[in-house]
Amino acid sequence: MPSVGEIMESMEYGPATEDPSAVRDWLTARGSFGHFIAGRFTKPVETFVTSDPSTGQPLAQISQGTARDVAKAVRAARRAARGWGAMAGHDRARFLYAIARTIQKRERFLSVLETLDNGKPIRESRDIDIPLVVRHFYHHAGWAEIAATEFPGHTPLGVVGQIIPWNFPLLMLAWKVAPALAAGNTVVLKPAEYTSLTALAFAEICAHVGLPAGVLNIVTGDGATGAALVEAPIHKIAFTGSTEVGREIARNLAGSGKKLTLELGGKSPFVVMADADLDAAVEGVVDSIWFNQGQVCCAGSRILVAEAISERFETLLRRRMQKLRLGSPLDKSTDIGAIVDPVQKTRITGILDRATAAGAELIGGQAQQGCFIAPGYLRNIAPANPAMREEIFGPIATLSTFRTVDEAVDLANNTAYGLAASVWSESATVATDLASRIKAGVVWVNCANIFDASAPFGGVRDSGYGREGGREGMLDYLSAPTLTGVKDPQPAAISAVPDGLTKDPDGIDRTVKLYIGGAQKRPDGGASYLAQDELIPIGSRKDIRNAVEAAQGAVGKWQGLGGHGRAQVLYFLAENLALRRSEFAGFASSDEVEAAIRRCFFYAGFADKYDGATVSAKPGHLTHVQPEAHGVMGIIAPNGSPLAGLLSLVLPAIAMGNTVVTIPSQDRPMAALTLAQVLACSDVPGGVVNLVTGPRDPLGEALASHDGVNAIWHAGQGEGLTVAERAAASTLIPVWTPPACEWTAPEAQGRSFLRAASRTKTIWLPYGALPAGTGGSAY
Amino acid sequence: MDKPSRRNAGTPLRTEWFESIRINTPASERRAASLPARRSLKKEWQAAWLLNAVRCIDLTTLSGDDTADRVARLCAKARQPIEADLLEAMGIDRLTTGAVCVYPTMVSAAKRVLEGSGVPVASVATGFPAGLMPLDLRLAEIRYALDQGADEIDIVISRALVLQANWSALYDELCAMREACGPALMKSILATGELKTLENVAKASHVAMQAGSDFIKTSTGKEPVNATLPVSLTMLRTIRDYRDHTGFDVGFKPAGGLRTAKDALNWQVLMLEELGRDWLRPDLFRIGASSLLGDIERQISHHVTGRYAASHRLAAG
Repeated sequence: MPSVGEIMESMEYGPATEDPSAVRDWLTARGSFGHFIAGRFTKPVETFVTSDPSTGQPLAQISQGTARDVAKAVRAARRAARGWGAMAGHDRARFLYAIARTIQKRERFLSVLETLDNGKPIRESRDIDIPLVVRHFYHHAGWAEIAATEFPGHTPLGVVGQIIPWNFPLLMLAWKVAPALAAGNTVVLKPAEYTSLTALAFAEICAHVGLPAGVLNIVTGDGATGAALVEAPIHKIAFTGSTEVGREIARNLAGSGKKLTLELGGKSPFVVMADADLDAAVEGVVDSIWFNQGQVCCAGSRILVAEAISERFETLLRRRMQKLRLGSPLDKSTDIGAIVDPVQKTRITGILDRATAAGAELIGGQAQQGCFIAPGYLRNIAPANPAMREEIFGPIATLSTFRTVDEAVDLANNTAYGLAASVWSESATVATDLASRIKAGVVWVNCANIFDASAPFGGVRDSGYGREGGREGMLDYLSAPTLTGVKDPQPAAISAVPDGLTKDPDGIDRTVKLYIGGAQKRPDGGASYLAQDELIPIGSRKDIRNAVEAAQGAVGKWQGLGGHGRAQVLYFLAENLALRRSEFAGFASSDEVEAAIRRCFFYAGFADKYDGATVSAKPGHLTHVQPEAHGVMGIIAPNGSPLAGLLSLVLPAIAMGNTVVTIPSQDRPMAALTLAQVLACSDVPGGVVNLVTGPRDPLGEALASHDGVNAIWHAGQGEGLTVAERAAASTLIPVWTPPACEWTAPEAQGRSFLRAASRTKTIWLPYGALPAGTGGSAY
Repeated sequence: MDKPSRRNAGTPLRTEWFESIRINTPASERRAASLPARRSLKKEWQAAWLLNAVRCIDLTTLSGDDTADRVARLCAKARQPIEADLLEAMGIDRLTTGAVCVYPTMVSAAKRVLEGSGVPVASVATGFPAGLMPLDLRLAEIRYALDQGADEIDIVISRALVLQANWSALYDELCAMREACGPALMKSILATGELKTLENVAKASHVAMQAGSDFIKTSTGKEPVNATLPVSLTMLRTIRDYRDHTGFDVGFKPAGGLRTAKDALNWQVLMLEELGRDWLRPDLFRIGASSLLGDIERQISHHVTGRYAASHRLAAG
């Protein structure tokens, strides 16, 4: 050990290791872990080892969950569901509060355990992960207390299966378990096989606070255990993990009626404008991709810098990078710890090899002895480089430049993902413009990777759907009040060769066409089927393609009208529907027509009133949660209610600013085709509503297979829905099945429709002209 | 960073180096808050860093009731800031503070006590703390302090000129002061608590360096808010930028906000992380403090003996 005098010369930091002995004692005492089912740990049978990635040393034996274990856990959760769901909110709140308090009292133990099992620096588990876990349980204790009045008529889903990743093991558990329990569900959770230990310690805490048996069950194991959970008789799966596995889960759940939320990968842009505080932005990179070894789904991994300042920015970035300390995760002065597992290290270096082979230059980022990779970034990198497109999930960013704001937005959105974004500009005008134009579920303005239990988190596109945190997150664990169920009739078989002639030979022949981009279009296939005594065009995949293109082209202008502008269009539509009531005679009942007119008024009224909120996340932060339209929606309208059913879905969608491609009732399409004429004369801009008639199920599948569609509503049941859901699993388009209801009934409208027609974007904007002088605990 | 050993000669006024500077206050506060949590010093390392802080202290008394005897007592403490047996236990044979800092009328008393110790005497001047005196009187005060034997001069800037963005007037005043200082080190006190915004702090820092300051210093100790980590961070980044432009190393002196041993560690971590090893030496880093030394000495005593000492067991300053 160097002498004090020597250190006074070198001024080095020296070791500062957090004491792991309490955790090691616990691990020794437990030795081998079973599952936590019905309030007790099972006897371990088949086990695997979990290790400290920084040393490779084994920590404990973990049980490999079988389908039988999962079934047992689900049975326990089902048994507990009734009692827990019926319990007064206050009583559930007491348990969640007790959990929050107990975690807080054991924060050091849990931080050390997390760091040992995962390899993340103790500073992060101590200052970020565990405090956020505590915050999450506190926040949701509050939701449990007030849920009955805040979500009137809502009921728990039942049993929820949750599968979480290894990058923030206990924090992801909290994000899943706290809202599920607060909403009155019971849980079967599968932690990641690399990092099960804090979940098992959490199970002990639940037992310690007396949480009723079966309310929380934990089954450890690998992907096979997760697959068994997906297959099990549960009511919802909540998954955080890779996009690839997310797709597989969505495919497996197609047609099952189980709910699904997915929080998947990302390749989030980090945009630095010329007027940014460059030092702040560099520090933002440290908090993004050099946080948690870059194993962060929302990390700002694609740095985009204005050419005007790129040289200076890179100089500062490189200097800052050299100050980062890579080392033992338990050392309190470590910035970059261990990659979670050698498998991941190999994966990362593989991507880097391909990236440099494709011409990129790697600065830093060298693989080290053991499970470590130095922080780095890739420069001179083209948009087509694999490292620009794939999630590296390691401490390596990409760095490229842009010239103007519009180019920054184009590059930012040039990705399959849409989880988060970080934008840096001292101009509020520019920063908020970027925040609104970048496609992502979370946007951090002049900050990065800031989280709070009250601020919804989740993505768009291949980053998944559903939100965690706040009111939105709670709604994803609740059932909306149910409407009187009326099953939608299955469509009759279609024949392209209609037999018999039913026309009045004295009249002029009526030609109905598809309605695409504001114009009547003949179907691409040139075929028709007979319905309601008319020859109805048989739309095809190509007509869907054209309709989606038309809808995409109309989005900008339609959203640009704003809520008030759209409301005027919808009122005018109501006016014209009323004038043309008689034209619908024979195609839709007068009840349907009257309901349609009222719907127009209802959603015209709501068009400028379905608002976002500013949530109380952190002091000094304006945290804005705004509903945004999906963009292009595919709507498979009810077969049984040709006008009221169709408009009950189309109107909320367009009121929120979506454009739609709609497949009208297959058996009774004439009302929709008549509606086309009314739309055309009601100032509904071309492309906002597109109507493609024909065989519902193949058209629904074509819609769900089109990447340009951002959300699907499917009013049908049975095989058609399953086929669409399966197709949407590949495109990761969220599919909503509207309640099967009497579409002329007054209650077939409301906020739940508007909510499904949008998803939230959470925008974080820290403010403060003057320093508080205290430093505070912002991070 | 290579170390050029030249004294900052200043530059002509270059407003383009700072006029478009943008500083995001919440981001600065986040960095300042997270930095102390990112580095930890234990055992020998903590002791060594605390002793290094002692080397960098400008042990200060700037009170209306200062007397020659009070200053003499302070100077004795500056010569022997940590008890000899504690130092001996750690294998350190000699340690003094970086300087003592007093009012001009106390300089001669300080010089007498410190003779032969190698500890320089710094004097505040230019109408400390407000600086609201005619310029010729402020310059005369510098000359008086030098006459009394001061080795270093801590001047105060005209805050009004910053708030009015009158950079050329500020620059001219500071150049005149620098000229008056001659070979004595000039530390320019920005009184950051009165400049309020970090952008004002950064701009004033640049002007002070361009006018040839050897050190930029946060505060007089008399403002409502004195040295803070976010303000220090801002000033360090201007020192870095100035160095990138000119190659000159300018020193930094936080004053008036550092009271605990933990503060001393935090500020040193800030210096090392933002600027580098060279800025942990007394030629580029000073801490303006009076009570800080007592807390450091108690920590050192604990390190050596394993017990916390009551303050009455350690020699007063």
